[in-house]
Amino acid sequence: MRSKHVMKIMVGFYILLFFGYLFGPIIVMAITAFNPPNYPQAYPIEGFTLDWFVKLWNDRAMMDGLLNSIIIGLCVVAISVPVGLAAAIMMTQIYHRARGLFYLVTISPLLTPGVIIGISTVIFWKDVMSVTDVTKAIFYKGIILAVLGQASFISAYVLLIFMARLTRFDRAQEEAALDLGASHPQVFWHILLPFLKPAIVSAIVIAFLSSFENYNTTTFAILADKTLVTVLAGQARQGTTPALSALAVVIISFSLCGAIIYEVLKRREQRLADAARERAKIAEQAEVGGTPELATSSA
Amino acid sequence: MEQNRDMRAGVELDHVTVRFGEFTAVKDATLDIRGGEFFSFLGPSGCGKTTILRTISGFLDPSEGKVRIGGQDMNGIGPNKRPTALIFQNLALFPLMSVAENITYGLRVRGVSKADRMKRANELLEQIALPGQGDKLVSELSGGQKQRVAIARALAVQPKVLLLDEPLSALDLKLRQHMRAELRSIQQQVGITFIYITHDQGEALTMSDRIAVMSDGVIQQIADGRNVYDEPATAFVASFVGENNAFAGTVARADNTFAVLDTPFGPLRGRNPKGLKSGDRAILFVRPESARLARGEGDTTLSSRVKNIAFEGNMTHVFLDGAGKKDITVTVGRQDGASIPEQGADAAISYNPALGLVLPDGKLARE
Amino acid sequence: MSSRSLVFIVPLVVIAIFWLMARVERRMAPDASQKGYFERNGKVLGIAFILLVAFWMLFLVVLPYLYMVVESFHPTLTPLKRGGPEDVLTLRQYESFIVPPTGGGLNWTHINAFLFSIFASVVVTAINFVICYPLAYYMAQAGAPQRVRLILLGLVVPYWVNEILRAFSLRLLLATKGLINNVLVGAGIIDTPIDFLGQNVGLYVGLSYAYLLVMIFPLYNAIESLDKNQIEAARDLGAPWWRIHKDVVIPYAKPGIASGCTMVFMFSAGALAAPQFLGGPRTLWFTSVIYNFFFQNFNWARGSAYAFILLAACIALVMVMLRLFKVSLGETIK
Repeated sequence: MRSKHVMKIMVGFYILLFFGYLFGPIIVMAITAFNPPNYPQAYPIEGFTLDWFVKLWNDRAMMDGLLNSIIIGLCVVAISVPVGLAAAIMMTQIYHRARGLFYLVTISPLLTPGVIIGISTVIFWKDVMSVTDVTKAIFYKGIILAVLGQASFISAYVLLIFMARLTRFDRAQEEAALDLGASHPQVFWHILLPFLKPAIVSAIVIAFLSSFENYNTTTFAILADKTLVTVLAGQARQGTTPALSALAVVIISFSLCGAIIYEVLKRREQRLADAARERAKIAEQAEVGGTPELATSSA
Repeated sequence: MEQNRDMRAGVELDHVTVRFGEFTAVKDATLDIRGGEFFSFLGPSGCGKTTILRTISGFLDPSEGKVRIGGQDMNGIGPNKRPTALIFQNLALFPLMSVAENITYGLRVRGVSKADRMKRANELLEQIALPGQGDKLVSELSGGQKQRVAIARALAVQPKVLLLDEPLSALDLKLRQHMRAELRSIQQQVGITFIYITHDQGEALTMSDRIAVMSDGVIQQIADGRNVYDEPATAFVASFVGENNAFAGTVARADNTFAVLDTPFGPLRGRNPKGLKSGDRAILFVRPESARLARGEGDTTLSSRVKNIAFEGNMTHVFLDGAGKKDITVTVGRQDGASIPEQGADAAISYNPALGLVLPDGKLARE
Repeated sequence: MSSRSLVFIVPLVVIAIFWLMARVERRMAPDASQKGYFERNGKVLGIAFILLVAFWMLFLVVLPYLYMVVESFHPTLTPLKRGGPEDVLTLRQYESFIVPPTGGGLNWTHINAFLFSIFASVVVTAINFVICYPLAYYMAQAGAPQRVRLILLGLVVPYWVNEILRAFSLRLLLATKGLINNVLVGAGIIDTPIDFLGQNVGLYVGLSYAYLLVMIFPLYNAIESLDKNQIEAARDLGAPWWRIHKDVVIPYAKPGIASGCTMVFMFSAGALAAPQFLGGPRTLWFTSVIYNFFFQNFNWARGSAYAFILLAACIALVMVMLRLFKVSLGETIK
C-alpha cells in the first residue's frame, strides 16, 4: 500500500519535471517579451512593456520574411496536397511486390536530413534552370527553390496523413457508386474526395505549418531571399533581442486561437454525430418493438 | 416502384470460370436466369456465390466464359454501364449524403435535373414508407430503414436486374423474417429479375422461384425450393439444405427405382434416381421428419441407442447414436402419437422407402 | 555525354523495370480482381495521378539526390569551367575529407566534427529514450484517458514555436547572462557564471528538447497496442516492475523504440539550428561544416561529398542498429 503511494508521488514528480522541461524555456521567453531591459531577461522583472511588440511590427526584414513565408507555404500546400493524395491513392492500388519499394522511396525524404534535401534541390534545379539565360533569370529564385525543396518532404507527410485515412475507406462505397452508373472521375469527386475532406484539411494545415517553420532545407534553398525563419536565424545569430521573444508570444497566441477554434468545431461535430446516433437508436427500438411499418411511419 | 415489364432481362452464364491467381473461385458455371425471376444462389461462405454476383455486376471479369444480360454479351462492359444494380452486404450507403441524395445518386450521375431528382426521391420515399424523411442523415436511420433506402437507391436507376448480396445478414432475426416477405413483394411489384445471394437456406427457400446450390465453386443443382429439398441432386445438396441423416455404404442390389445399401446399420433401401449399380459407393439420406419411431420392413428399419431427447413443444427431436458418425435424428410431431423412448434405451426407427434417397458418394456439407 | 545528363537516364530505367514487373506479374498470375490502372481511375485522373507522383519522385526526390551524388564526384570549378576539359570524375572531394587538399597530415578538423556529430547524436538518442519511455508508458497504459488527452495537448503546444525560437529560448536560460546563472549567482551558490553553452550542455539539451516528440509518439503508439492483460499477468506471476518492462513491454514495443530512436538519431545528426545557436564556440557540427562549404567557400562539390558522407554514415549506422536489435526496416517506418 505504501509503496503504491510512493510510486504515485514519483510518477507525479516525473511528469511535473517533464513538463517543466517542456514549458520552462517557453515561459521564460514569454516573460522576457514583456520585460523592459535590452537584453532578454526573465529575472529580475523590471517592469512591463509592449515596446518589443512595436519593434517587431516595425522590423521591415521580418515583415518581408513573413510575406515570403506565407507565399512559400501556400505554394507548398498547392503542390504537396495533390501530390500526397495522388501518391496515397496509387499506394492502395500498386502491385503488392512493388508496394514496399514504392513506400520506401516516397518516405525517404522524411528520413533524409533537411540539409541534404536543401543542397540537392539547389544543385539540381540550378542546372535545370540554367538551360537558358532567360529561364535562369525567371526561375532561379530562392522562393521557388524553397518551395521545391520543402515540397519534396512535406508531400511525404501529406502522403502519410492520406494513407491513414484511406485505410478506413470502405471500398464498397466506391463500388456502390460505380454500380449506380457513376464514372471513375465521378466516384473520385463525389465519394472519395468528400470522405477525405478531414484529411485534406489537416494536410493543408500541417503542410503549411511545416513549410512555415522549416529551417534546415530552407536556409540552403532560399539563396538571396528571406523567410521569416531565416531572418530570425540571422538575428538570433547576431545577438539577442526581446523582439524575438515577442515574436514567440505572437506565434503561440495565434496557435492557441487556432487550437481553440479547432476544438470547438470538433466538439460541435461530435455533438451532431451523437444526436444522429441517438435518433437512430430510437428508430431502432421502435422497429424492434413494434411492427416495422409502424416504426417507420411514426419516426 | 412499378416498372415497365419490358425492362426485365434474363441473365445467362455460359461456362463461366473465375480464377484469382492460383485459386479457382467459380468453375465452369452455366445457367440461365429468366427475366422477372427471383433467383437465389445458396451455399456456405467461400463457395463462390459472391464471386458469381460480382461477375454479373461487372466488378470481376470471368477468366473464361461469357456473361449475357438480356441476351447481350457483357464482356468489357464495366459495372457502371450494366443494366444491373447491386445491394451490398453492408448496404454501402453514402454516409456523407442525405437519404434523398443517396436515393437519387444514380440519377445525378445520369445528369437528371435537380428538380426531377427531388420529385423522384419523394415518390420513392413514399413507396418505402419513409415519406418526408429525405433530409435525414443515413446515420439517423434504423437498420430496417437503411435497408429500404438501399433498395430504393438501387431501384431508382430502373435496373433490369437487381443483385442482392446477403443484404439481410446484419439485421436481427425478427426483422429479417419481416424483410423477407417485403423483398418478395417488392420483387412482384417491380417485376424485374432479382438475383439473391445467401447462406441462409430459409431465405432462399421462402423467397426464390429457383435456387442454385453451390459448393467449392461448382453449381451443384438448380431447381425450385421444393425440388432442392425433396430431390437433391448431390450428397452436398442433400446434407446442406435442411436436416438430413446420412448412411454411407455400398450398393448391394439395385434396379431402376430402388437400391439397397450395405451400411453399418445393416441393409437399407431407398429410391435410386441416379441409377446406381451394385458395388457403387453411395449414401442414403433420410430426413428426420420422414423417419418414425417404429419397426417396419427389414431393409427400411434400423435400431440404435437413444443418446438425447430434445422437446421443442410442437415437436420432439430424438437423437440416436450414429455409430461413429453424426447422430441420427428423428423428429416426431405431436399428432403422430408415437411414444418417445427413454434416454439410453435401444430404439428402432423405420421410414417409407420412397422417402429414402440414395445418392452417389460425395462431400457432405456438415461432417 | 556528360555525367550529369546521365543521371536523367537512371530513373527511366527504373520506371521501365517497374512497368516490366507489373507486366510479368500480370501474365504469371492472372487475377480477376486486379483491374487495370486506367480502368480503375479513368483516363484523366489516372494520368493526373501519374504525372503528380512522377513529378514528385523524379524531380523533387530521386533526381536531386542523384545529382548531388554526381556533383560530389566532380572537381571544384568556377561556373565557367564546368563542362570544360577539367570537369572530370574524381574522388578528390572524398579524399579531402581524410587528407586536406592543402596537404599536411590528416584532416582532423572535419573528422572530429564528423565523429562528434555522430557521437553526440547517439547520446541524444539515448537521453531521449530514457526521458520519454516512462511518459510514453504512462500515457499508453497507466493514465486516465482524460489526463492522457491533456498530456498530448501539452506535448504539442511548445512545438508550435519554431525551432529557432526554441533554441533561442534555451539560450535565454543557459547563457552566461541567462536565467539559470543569474539565479545561481544571485542566490550565492556560485561566484562566476557557468559556461553551459561552451561546455556543450546547451547543445545536448537543445537537441534533446528539439526531438522529444519524435521519440515519444512512436513509443506511445507501440506501447498503446499492448494488451493490458499481459502486464497484469506478469504482475500476477510476481514479476517485479523492472522485469515487466524488460521482459514484456520493451520486447513488444521494439518496433516503436527502433522507429523513435532511428528518427531522433537521423534528425540530430542532420540538425542545423541547435548546433548553430547552442553549440560552444569551439564545437564544430558536421552540418555546419557543410553549411560553410556552401555559403562561405562556395565549394558545392565538396559540400555535396560531405553531405553524402553524412547520409551514408547515418544510414549505415541505423542499419547496423536495426540488425543488432533484430527489427526490420519495414516495421520501423510504419
